[in-house]
Amino acid sequence: MNATDSPAKLLTPVLSTFWDQPDAWTLETYRRHDGYEGLRTALAMDPDDVIAYVKEAGLRGRGGAGFPTGMKWQFIPQGDGKPHYLVVNADESEPGTCKDIPLLFANPHSLIEGMVIACHAIRSSHAFIYLRGEVVPVLRRLHEAVREAYAAGYLGKDALGPGKDLELTVHAGAGAYICGEETALLDSLEGRRGQPRLRPPFPAVAGLYACPTVVNNVESIASVPSLMHKGKDWFRSMGSEKSPGFTLYSLSGHVAGPGQYEAPLGVTLRQLLDMSGGMRKGHRLKFWTPGGSSTPMLTEEHLDVPLDYEGVGAAGSMLGTKALQCFDETTCVVRAVTRWTEFYAHESCGKCTPCREGTYWLVQLLRDIEAGKATLADIDKIDDIADTINGKSFCALGDGAAAPIFSSLKHFREEYEQHVNGRGCPFDPAASTVWADKTAHLEVKA
Amino acid sequence: MTDVSIGMPQLPAPDYPADVRERLTEDAREIIARYPDSRSALLPLLHLVQSEEGHVTRTGQRFCAEVLDLTTAEVNAVATFYSMYRRKPSGDYQVGVCTNTLCAVMGGDAIFEELQQHLGVGNSETTEDGKVTLEHIECNAACDFAPVVMVNWEFFDNQTPGSAKQMVDDLRAGREVEPTRGAKLCTFKETARILAGFPDERTGAVAESGGAGPASLAGLRLAKGESAPPRVAPQRSAGADALGADVTAEGAQPPETHPSSHDAPQDTAASDPAHQAGPVTEEDQ
Repeated sequence: MNATDSPAKLLTPVLSTFWDQPDAWTLETYRRHDGYEGLRTALAMDPDDVIAYVKEAGLRGRGGAGFPTGMKWQFIPQGDGKPHYLVVNADESEPGTCKDIPLLFANPHSLIEGMVIACHAIRSSHAFIYLRGEVVPVLRRLHEAVREAYAAGYLGKDALGPGKDLELTVHAGAGAYICGEETALLDSLEGRRGQPRLRPPFPAVAGLYACPTVVNNVESIASVPSLMHKGKDWFRSMGSEKSPGFTLYSLSGHVAGPGQYEAPLGVTLRQLLDMSGGMRKGHRLKFWTPGGSSTPMLTEEHLDVPLDYEGVGAAGSMLGTKALQCFDETTCVVRAVTRWTEFYAHESCGKCTPCREGTYWLVQLLRDIEAGKATLADIDKIDDIADTINGKSFCALGDGAAAPIFSSLKHFREEYEQHVNGRGCPFDPAASTVWADKTAHLEVKA
Repeated sequence: MTDVSIGMPQLPAPDYPADVRERLTEDAREIIARYPDSRSALLPLLHLVQSEEGHVTRTGQRFCAEVLDLTTAEVNAVATFYSMYRRKPSGDYQVGVCTNTLCAVMGGDAIFEELQQHLGVGNSETTEDGKVTLEHIECNAACDFAPVVMVNWEFFDNQTPGSAKQMVDDLRAGREVEPTRGAKLCTFKETARILAGFPDERTGAVAESGGAGPASLAGLRLAKGESAPPRVAPQRSAGADALGADVTAEGAQPPETHPSSHDAPQDTAASDPAHQAGPVTEEDQ
């Protein structure tokens, strides 16, 4: 890829290719765009061959960790006599992350088709979609898409061949970020408080109801149908050797063109900004997250980092959910980090002491720093507390809480010191708002 | 509820009236049938009892416990873990302003502040007419439409203080309000029933607001060679150019003084003060 390439060359709409159709979410529209063709290919193959095929294609999990999808499927023990379950993680709640929700709103059948293929591969007869509850428009369309799929015979009796039925249950959550963590999600789906489980045993061995379970992200599963239909060589023609394929990048914040941009893995933020109009007029990029608030923040010097698993890792962060939240020079880093930390404190499930207590104390100290009531020693203290949380809890929520602290101290320590020495915040929040620079006042009828 | 009682332990919650119980039992049977293990039905059942009374009452918890053969303590432990279950009577319309970092910075803090002043209520409080419960919420997966306001969990994208105030005024006046993404608003109770897994039966509700929001199409439009960078404006802004319009509401300026996030909600999301889910500040005690 070349920085001067046109957007048409750089972008590769696959999942998003017909989102602009007025009835994008219907089965009819989906079928007009090769819908359920991948399933036809997959059902003609032996389940183990499907797993091998997805593995060879190199599809990696799109929910944050980047674990190879085919390998996850392969871990399911076969011939064990237990039911196998597929659970799709649609709990998208990581701050900044906004790809699965528009995907499910506009194209729910890509997920359902991918689920049927996955259930064929892992020999499952019951699959679940765990959707966060706070997105009723998406729930409505999932209900309808599942109804359509049952009526068309993609789900239900003999869906996977004679004598092989497949049930799909749409399950709405009830508001808890922690349920995006796969073992907490399973506890929640079992009707309990969403708290993470100790691993091992991993879900592939003892997941839902202690049976072998695959937990995949929405986008990972939704990427499978086109892969099966168009082939692994086509899939590998995009992205890099270790990070092949296409993915949704979500641009948000102080940018001229916020939105979803589907591109091969490895595109850079500079390329995405160049094609979409850059930062808002008259402002510069100050800091950004590559994949949500739990991925260490980066700065202008990282604009050319390839946005794939290896590239972002080498830059000291993580690709995460490809939630590119861009903040300009009007934004106070301390305010941003404080708010994220309040989020982690609110969402900490309370199971592990370092996370539960640590996030609480971080909030107290950060509020003091932002209000100009702290001392310079408090800056070292938040660093120390973050270190006490990081890597010392069951799940990644604690690590996520530490990431904004570490990375902001690394890049913007002097801004923390300014708050202490200047006895307050030097920034004007009004300058950061979307309407700050606008002079035209048009009447909005809301 | 926050009173400290000494002596007599709390009596068991009263049961639903027979007809209500019968109707809910029928619904519960349908929900339980979706799962290999009945306990998995607990979250949807809590949505169901919330659709009956507008919040999760002790009676509702007792009902869940009885149909699933759990103790009320087990049900209560789950009901108090999740932020979408209300624990006190609230309004027909839950207005949630995203104040997580990105929306807050883009204007969510100012919107939340102005709505509190405009409605005369604080976080998690309800207007006197029982129409609107105001809340600040966490990231709702619509950052490319920031600042975002959710009403009964339908999307109101690209909001300003002016548009948000107009919207709550319309809600209180009983005027029809349409989200930018989602279907015409129904009441909080009706929304809770959809969350329990009973599809919205209103004609056309699934199709409302079209295939995708404008920001969702930004990349697709570029890939198709539509060269102008898509700019997102409130979808129903009358007379405004849908692309590239610099739209803001008349008089929609942020408050004069808004020094920092300390003006923003300090308490954690909705819960009753006796059962805080997050950090307790000195002021709380």
